[in-house]
Amino acid sequence: MLEYLVRRLALMVPTAFLVTVAVFMLIHLTPGDPAVVILAESYTPQAAAEIHHELGLDRPLPEQYVLYLGRLAHGDMGNSVRNHLPVTQAIGERLPATLELGAAALLWSLLVAIPMGTVAALRRGRPLDIVASGLTVAGISVPNFVLGIVLILILGVLLRVLPVGGFAPLTESVPDNLTRLIMPAIALGTLGAAANMRFTRSSMIEVLHQDYIRTARAKGAGWLRVVNRHALKNALIPVVTIVGLQVGAILEGALVTETVFSWPGVGKLAVDSIFSRDFPVVQGIVLLSALSYMVANLLVDLVYAWLDPRISYS
Amino acid sequence: MSTMAPAFPAAEEQPFPIEEQGRPSLRHLLLDHPRIAVGLVILLALALTATLAPLISPHNPLAVDVGHARLPPGAGHLLGTDELGRDLLSRVLWGGRVSLPVAFVAVGVGLGVGGVIGVVAAYRGGVTDLLLMRLVDAILAFPALILAIALVAALGPSLRNAIVAIGIVQVPLYARLTRAQVLQLKSLDFVTAARALGVSPARIVGRHLLPNLLNPLIVQVSLSAASTMLAEATLSFLGLSAPPPAPDWGFMISAGQRFLVNGDWWMTAAPGAAICLSVFGFNLLGDALRDALDPRLRR
Repeated sequence: MLEYLVRRLALMVPTAFLVTVAVFMLIHLTPGDPAVVILAESYTPQAAAEIHHELGLDRPLPEQYVLYLGRLAHGDMGNSVRNHLPVTQAIGERLPATLELGAAALLWSLLVAIPMGTVAALRRGRPLDIVASGLTVAGISVPNFVLGIVLILILGVLLRVLPVGGFAPLTESVPDNLTRLIMPAIALGTLGAAANMRFTRSSMIEVLHQDYIRTARAKGAGWLRVVNRHALKNALIPVVTIVGLQVGAILEGALVTETVFSWPGVGKLAVDSIFSRDFPVVQGIVLLSALSYMVANLLVDLVYAWLDPRISYS
Repeated sequence: MSTMAPAFPAAEEQPFPIEEQGRPSLRHLLLDHPRIAVGLVILLALALTATLAPLISPHNPLAVDVGHARLPPGAGHLLGTDELGRDLLSRVLWGGRVSLPVAFVAVGVGLGVGGVIGVVAAYRGGVTDLLLMRLVDAILAFPALILAIALVAALGPSLRNAIVAIGIVQVPLYARLTRAQVLQLKSLDFVTAARALGVSPARIVGRHLLPNLLNPLIVQVSLSAASTMLAEATLSFLGLSAPPPAPDWGFMISAGQRFLVNGDWWMTAAPGAAICLSVFGFNLLGDALRDALDPRLRR
C-alpha cells in the first residue's frame, strides 16, 4: 500500500509539471498580443506596455515560466487584471458559495441514486428497473443548463414557489439561502444522480449474486436486512470512485449552473473573467480545478484500495 | 456533478475480451437490441432534418421581423418567434447544421489523434509509451469541460476553436482505449505468428489489430458523440462557440433565458429539446451498442 502510494505520487509529479506548463501557456495561446485582447477598445501603446510589465510578458518565455512557478510555490497566482486584487483572494471569496452548491448537489445525487439504484437492482428486468434505466439515460442526456431552465420556468415562473436565481449568504438568512439553493443544486446534481444510480445498480447486481448473500438469505434474513447489513457496503465501493471524481470535477458543472442561476461562486467568476479577458483569474481557476481533480483521483484510488482489501497494487 | 467526464464511461482501463466469433450481423443487432434501432432512428431523423433544412425551413433563419417578435407557437410560426421575430422552427432546423457537424468533427479529431497515440504507445512501448502516456495523463488531469473552456477562452471564441478544444479533450479517451486494446492483442498468438513471419508493423496494425479494435471504438465513438454534443451546447450556451446571429442551439437557449420571467417558454424549449434529443440519441445508441458488443456484459 505504501509502495503504491509512493508510486502514484511519483507519477503525479510529471503530470503536475505538465499541468502548470499548460496553464502557463494559456495566455500565450492567444493569437497576437494578449495586451491587445485584454485592453480591447482602450488600447494605447503605454497601457499595453504596462500590461506587458504587469504580467511579465516583457521577459523571455522560459524566464516567465520559472518566475510563474516560483510565485505559485509561494501561493501567489498573480493579480486580477480587472481590479488588481490577488487571484487567490478573488477565488477564496467565491469558494464558499461553490462548495455549498456542490455539497447540496452531491447530497441530492446520492439521495436519488442509492435508493433507486438498489431498488432497480432488486427488481432487475421488471418494469420498475426499466423505468429507472430510462430515467438514467434521460438524466445523462439533459444538459444541466437546460434542466436549470426547465426548473426556473416551472418552479420559479409558473408556480412561483422558488426564487428564480441569486444568492443570500447563510450568515444573513438561512431560509433565504436554502430556498435559493434548491434549484441550482437539483440542476447540478441530476447528472451525477443518473451516473451514480447506474453504478449502484450494476454493482448491487454483482454483489447480490455472491455466495455470502445467498448464505445470509439461507439463514433466513429478509431482503431488507440483507441489503442494508450485507450488500450495500460492498456494492457502494465502485460508487465511491465515481462520487470522488465528481467531487473533484465540481467546478466543471458549477461553471454553467452558477451562470444560469446567477450564483456568485467560482464558476460564475470564471465565466465573467473569460469575458473580461482577466487571464490571471482564468489561469488560477483552471489550475485550481486541475489540481483538485488530480488530488480527488488520487484519494479515490487510495480509498478504493483501503475499502476493498482484495485489490492489490503490485 | 460534472457535466461530462465522470458521468460517461470514459477511458476503458479493462480491454474488451477478444472474441472468436466476430461481430454479430447488423440484422441481429437491430432485432436483439431494439434500443439500437431507436437511437439510430432518432439520429437519422436529426441528420436528415439538418441536411434538408434549406428545403424544409418555412422561413429564413436569420430574417429579422421585429413586428412579429416573441410570438408564441401558432399558425405561421409553428414553434413561435424569438426576440427579433426570427422563426424558431427554422432556426432549430438550421441549428442542427452547426451542432451535429461539430460533434462529428470533434470526435474525429479525438479518434484520429488519440487512436494514433494509443497504437504507437502500445506498439512501440518503452520510453515512447511512457512519454505519450504522461502527455495523455496531463490532459486527463483537467476536468474535460474546464480544459475545453480554457482553450476556447485563450484561442478566442469561434466555431473552429470550439471544435479544436472539444477534440483535444477527447484525445485521452481514445489513446487509452486503443492502447489497452492493442497491448492485449499484441500478446496473442496470431500477432506473434504474423511478426515471426516477417510481416511489417504497419501491416500488422492495419490487417490484424485495427479490425479487432472496431467493437470498443464503435461504442466509444457513440458515447463520446453524446458528450461532444453536450460540450458544444455548453460552450455555445456560454457564448464561446459560433458567434451570433448563427442559429446555434446552446446560444439560442441563453438568449431565450432572459425572457423566461415573462413566461416566454418557447424560445428556450425548442433548442433545449433539440439538444436533449440528440444527446439522448447518441447515449441510447452507445449504451445499447455496449450491451450488444461488449462480451463482458452478455449474460
